[in-house]
Amino acid sequence: MSEQPIELDEIMNAQFIKHETDVLIIGAGGAGMRAAISAFDSGSSVTLLSKSLLGKAHTVMAEGGIAAALANVDSKDSWETHFADTMEEGVYISNYRMAELLAKEAPDRVRELEEYGALFDRTPEGTIMQRAFGAHTYRRLCHVGDRTGLEIIKTLEDQILHRDIKFFDEMYVTKLLKDGNRVAGAVGLKLNTGEFYLFRSKAVIIATGGCGRIYKVTSNSWESTGDGLGLAYEAGAELMDMEMIQFHPTGMVYPPGVKGLLVTEGVRGEGGILLNSKGERFMQQYSPKKMELDARDIVARANYAEIIAGRGTPHGGVYLDITHKGSDFIKKKLPSMYKQFLDFAGVDITKEKMEVAPTVHYQMGGIKVDPETTATNVPGLFASGEVASGLHGANRLGGNSLADILVFGKRSGDGASSFSKTVSLGNFAESDVMKEIERVKSLTNSNGTNPYDLGASLEENMSDNVGIIRNEEALKKALKAILGLKEDSKKAAVPGGLKYNKGLLQALELPSMLTASEAIVRGALERKESRGAHARSDFPKKNPDMRKNIIYKKGEDGMKLEWRDVPKIPDELKKIIPQEVY
Amino acid sequence: MDTVKVSVFRRDPAVEKEGKFVDYEVPREDGMVVLDAMKYIERHLDPSMSLRWNCSAGKCGSCSAEINHKPSLMCKTRVDSLKGDKIKVAPMAAFPLIKDLVTDVSENWALLKKIPKFTPKEGLEKPWRISQVDIERSKEFKKCIECFLCQDVCHVIRDHSTDYFGPRHVVKAASLDMHPLDTLNRSEFMNKDAGLGYCNITKCCSEVCPEEIHITDNAIIPEKERAVNISYDPIAMFLRSRKQRRAKA
Repeated sequence: MSEQPIELDEIMNAQFIKHETDVLIIGAGGAGMRAAISAFDSGSSVTLLSKSLLGKAHTVMAEGGIAAALANVDSKDSWETHFADTMEEGVYISNYRMAELLAKEAPDRVRELEEYGALFDRTPEGTIMQRAFGAHTYRRLCHVGDRTGLEIIKTLEDQILHRDIKFFDEMYVTKLLKDGNRVAGAVGLKLNTGEFYLFRSKAVIIATGGCGRIYKVTSNSWESTGDGLGLAYEAGAELMDMEMIQFHPTGMVYPPGVKGLLVTEGVRGEGGILLNSKGERFMQQYSPKKMELDARDIVARANYAEIIAGRGTPHGGVYLDITHKGSDFIKKKLPSMYKQFLDFAGVDITKEKMEVAPTVHYQMGGIKVDPETTATNVPGLFASGEVASGLHGANRLGGNSLADILVFGKRSGDGASSFSKTVSLGNFAESDVMKEIERVKSLTNSNGTNPYDLGASLEENMSDNVGIIRNEEALKKALKAILGLKEDSKKAAVPGGLKYNKGLLQALELPSMLTASEAIVRGALERKESRGAHARSDFPKKNPDMRKNIIYKKGEDGMKLEWRDVPKIPDELKKIIPQEVY
Repeated sequence: MDTVKVSVFRRDPAVEKEGKFVDYEVPREDGMVVLDAMKYIERHLDPSMSLRWNCSAGKCGSCSAEINHKPSLMCKTRVDSLKGDKIKVAPMAAFPLIKDLVTDVSENWALLKKIPKFTPKEGLEKPWRISQVDIERSKEFKKCIECFLCQDVCHVIRDHSTDYFGPRHVVKAASLDMHPLDTLNRSEFMNKDAGLGYCNITKCCSEVCPEEIHITDNAIIPEKERAVNISYDPIAMFLRSRKQRRAKA
């Protein structure tokens, strides 16, 4: 800290509104809301912040289901198989303990959600129905048609509203505040009023989701700009596996306004097949055994290869066909998809084929956390959900993200709550708070660069150079562009005031978007092999020496990368998972 | 270049007494929706215009507005579906204005807090068993994305100051009441405390619902009737009193 700490209670300052809480949660998607519930139920006072309105977070877009080994449909399923599937899909760089906890605890979290009021689809016996999904050994995904995310969000929202949890929506956190080494608060701008807030808390949970918006074609909503990655990185937290970005095999390609919008894997799970323009079921060549239900990276690269080879559709995709299942079945099992294609593209999927192409979907990497408590390396700072890393390794199984937000959202709330009971509220230098407020205010003037233009350059750069197949030349080009944009972003400014100024918000988001992009590109350059979602045309093979994680940390003069060994798997777990093949 | 003309309501109530419509012209694209045009304005013509949107896919319910006077989601309204040479975009009129197209919808969460929460039967054997048939009714209401267009179009809310919670909240109550394991009956609360009696079933809410929930037929009318059955239905009252007498005997 730059100067003598001042008791903030003594400061009478109209520049910001003060709010105190035990646990401060940044982000109100599934992970943040689940954390809020458990922190509150553990006896802490909880404040939940959301960039959008309550209940609108990106979780709402999740479609296919929650992976949990309930064994309702396939009685052979068990936590061991779910664990093994997760480790194998992560290409052996996942944190085994996180995968173990996920597989063991997901069933309880699903049943608990049901007890909170969620209504899952049922089996004929009346238990929770489970559907097949890519690279899951058994039918494992608990679902509500194809709008599972909406059900989760509304169920958790209901629980939040009926607890004494304070929430501020349309609140954007611009900086974390530290008391010595410990994170103990944050500065926020309330978008819908233009007021600044100073939050003092005993613990902070980051649950801000992913960074898909750094790409032009993405399934991610407006919010996913990697805000939490930037906040944590600036506060000294370690990031990990950032080079691992998942492309979902099936995003919409037409019309332009919804390019990238997700077409659920549930379509393939329910029997949908992929065809090229010649009518060939091309997955027979790429994956004769698992076909359309192989891992996402394999299906995404197959779709990409067909398009590049000139066997694509008129709008530059491949065909996804489920018409053979019949109108009643499709409308019942995939009602949102039916509506989505009818409303946006004018395509009736019960009669016509869909056009789809890979779209940026998920960041496997993120803030490095302790599996038990989700604590980061910075005291007082916790993280869960997509913004955290470790569970998914080099690739994520469909349905594991919804399991992740419930299992580790709960652990985050419990972990932060226990920590908050061991400390008191921290203190900050008033000048640090004021400095941050002045920084934000300085972005509102008419003489700067339009932040949307900078954002658009970044998106194009990432889509063009850091795509589904990478190479050194393009990655170096990308890095140069990112470093240039970092300089340019210092000149970003927008006219207008502080209240609901979306241009200002884009200017505030840029640094985090650039941090995420820089990490992805530096890591992709460093990892000279192809593993999971990370594919290099110049290094097409997997390298046993690189069965490690890359750690990213802020150093004195920029971003530092470090290779670190994957945690050693205990023998009793090691024997469950198949041997890695090179 | 083929363009689309959009007339957008602009006002910051903190500094301006009255609003005005500002005209913009944006490039026309194949299959574009109103939100695409608005995003173009936001990105290229005036970044300070206040506009709320999130998923762009009709899943989150953030971009509610009145398009050519009809409450609609901007992301789901195709430009080529609209008549006239100019598209008029205004904020929802039933809510306090924050700025330009953004309104304060926070009262909805205050109302949702008041609706008695999901209360399952006690001592049920776990895991719960529920049949698919029994979840279908509640499922329709669970499609609600809380866009609040039904609240906006409701003339009871727009034109009268009553204590009516509004269609969204009746849908919420109905979704809980029709949960097969819920034990409460919220219809009495909805009629006594949430002003459901003010609704004269004009069905405007059902017409604007982007999720095509039959709000009036499947939520409002049953919630009204169930209260009538419980409180005033003479046959039900007779049967109840007989049952009570039998129990005493």
